[in-house]
Amino acid sequence: MIVPWGETRLVQGNEAVALGAIAAGIDFFAGYPITPSTEIAEILARYMPLLDKKWIQMEDEIASISALIGARLAGSRSMTATSGPGFSLMQEGLGYACMTEVPLVLVNVMRAGPSTGLPTQTAQGDVMQSRWGTHGDHPAIVLAPANVMECFRLTIRAFNLSEMFRTPVILLPDEVIGHMRERVRFPLRDEVHIEKMPVPDVPVEWYEHYHDSATNVSPMASFGSGYRFHVTGLTHDRQGFPTRKENEVNAKMDRLKHKITRRLDELEDVMMHDLDESSVVIFAYGSVYRSALAAQAILKKRRKKVGVFRPVTLWPFPDKTVKENLDSKDVIVVPELNQGQMIHEVERMTKDSVRVVPLHRVDGYEITPEEIVNAVMEVI
Amino acid sequence: MPAVIPYEYKYLRAKKRFPHVWCPGCGIGIVMGSIIRSVHAMQWDLDDIVMVSGIGCTSRMPVYVDFNTLHTTHGRSLAFGTGVKMANPSLNVMAVMGDGDALAIGGNHIIHAARRNIDITAIIVNNNNYGMTGGQFSPTTPPGARTATTPYGMIEPGFDVCKLMEGAGATFVARGTVYHVTELDNLLLKAFRKNGFSVVEVLAPCPTNFGRANRQGGPVEMMKLLKDNTINISQLKALKEGQADDKIVRGIFVDRDVPSYDERYRALCVKAKKEAEAEK
Repeated sequence: MIVPWGETRLVQGNEAVALGAIAAGIDFFAGYPITPSTEIAEILARYMPLLDKKWIQMEDEIASISALIGARLAGSRSMTATSGPGFSLMQEGLGYACMTEVPLVLVNVMRAGPSTGLPTQTAQGDVMQSRWGTHGDHPAIVLAPANVMECFRLTIRAFNLSEMFRTPVILLPDEVIGHMRERVRFPLRDEVHIEKMPVPDVPVEWYEHYHDSATNVSPMASFGSGYRFHVTGLTHDRQGFPTRKENEVNAKMDRLKHKITRRLDELEDVMMHDLDESSVVIFAYGSVYRSALAAQAILKKRRKKVGVFRPVTLWPFPDKTVKENLDSKDVIVVPELNQGQMIHEVERMTKDSVRVVPLHRVDGYEITPEEIVNAVMEVI
Repeated sequence: MPAVIPYEYKYLRAKKRFPHVWCPGCGIGIVMGSIIRSVHAMQWDLDDIVMVSGIGCTSRMPVYVDFNTLHTTHGRSLAFGTGVKMANPSLNVMAVMGDGDALAIGGNHIIHAARRNIDITAIIVNNNNYGMTGGQFSPTTPPGARTATTPYGMIEPGFDVCKLMEGAGATFVARGTVYHVTELDNLLLKAFRKNGFSVVEVLAPCPTNFGRANRQGGPVEMMKLLKDNTINISQLKALKEGQADDKIVRGIFVDRDVPSYDERYRALCVKAKKEAEAEK
């Protein structure tokens, strides 16, 4: 038994991602070594052959994500793991997977950039890249864990969402989360729900690889299943063949957009602490969320009430929930391990009278609770 | 050249996707015909064939054939194909690429696919330039040749595709041309039969770009060049040293039996389970 179902263990964040992938039924892993994500590949290299699952180290990150797409089209649930520089290389394949609607899971354990940056200290500099990194308009689903248990749970959720939405899903832990060790109580196997994309049951000649449906997602056949189809990164019609016809191009692009924007409820995942009583709120995600909770406790002792708002699903951004809950506040402090990325989204969803205060750190060290406390004390 | 036989239509998305994008006099359609005849000879089920391609003129081929077809990003066909083949080793995977796709942007992938010896047939249609973007130089443009990006002549030496692939570890390496079609059918058939990474380089004319820029004449003259400038490896033996130095050699250069990646991976799984059992 590789996943210690029902047991309590001391586990590393990256290890929990690998175990989550196995729990989710990973069939194929392709990757290229890069710190601080390497443990994920190493652990899977040890376990996947024991389960007759396929594992391969490719010649680079471009090849890794390409192999992932090929494998998923042949019916294998696929995942890769990388960090900033590798994530940049994977943008080509990520766009292809969005366009051709191939589900896969991409784990980017964030380290400080740009370029080689600070190998391998923590950062949250890839938040915008995870949304807009590949060219052209495209859907994006991005989840940011803040503890080791969530590394396990959100990896399974990433697989599930990728199958439900037929699109790549990015898991975005920062280095602190990937490398930290915590006590994890694993659920029982029956407690974990695994989504599988429906396979087509229509006669072969009726099959459309990109069929129109109410959910904007259609059943997907695999190579070798008897449904022969064409896959291309060129803009295509419902069967998958290239098209330039205005109505077909618009239908495709609208569907890519709507499959996210019309199903936001299934994607939204936020955590809110003591928002009702507080006029000051700390907005934080990933490892910074932990510091935000600690800061909140310190401030409570000083009889200062602050709330904490955390998006677990970073993209799509929880527009409505942010507006409903933060628009009436006086001050929102946004600590981030970058020079200000998510803060723009918070500003976008709150009116001008709300003071949105940044707190940046880009030297590779985590933001401490004290730093957040000081930032709050300055504005309270 | 074999006549167009009705069975070839069975392999085409004839009603849906034609006319094709290739220029008059282009050699890629001949390669497609040859692939179809060789696939027919293999008696493969259409459902079990996957044709992967990258970007470029040759890479447009998958849309016309009624296999499982995957038109990917530039240079990456073998990386996608590696995923397909690993996920389902019972599929017959072939990758069709142009010279730029396979050897420039895809150079890293092709040497590693060859080294790994994954059971894929790579077909490289070499027309000495990037046709789709208007005839820029490629890694196989001969020295001195004029292209849209070598207006004063090519100063870089080109790759010898077959030597490169032999060095990288391919188990089957051959070269043919679109003039010698019966020979090409046979080369492809042998490549498809081979268990392991097999490569067939096919020399083809690009009259629209390369031919015009280098004053090589029209399609007919360029076909004649393929006939006159190449020699089969079997004819080479009858000639004296140096007599055929100006000719490009056709035929099979490598044909060796080495376990494919799929076989080695299966063995790895068995070994891993034994070792894990022993540790208990």
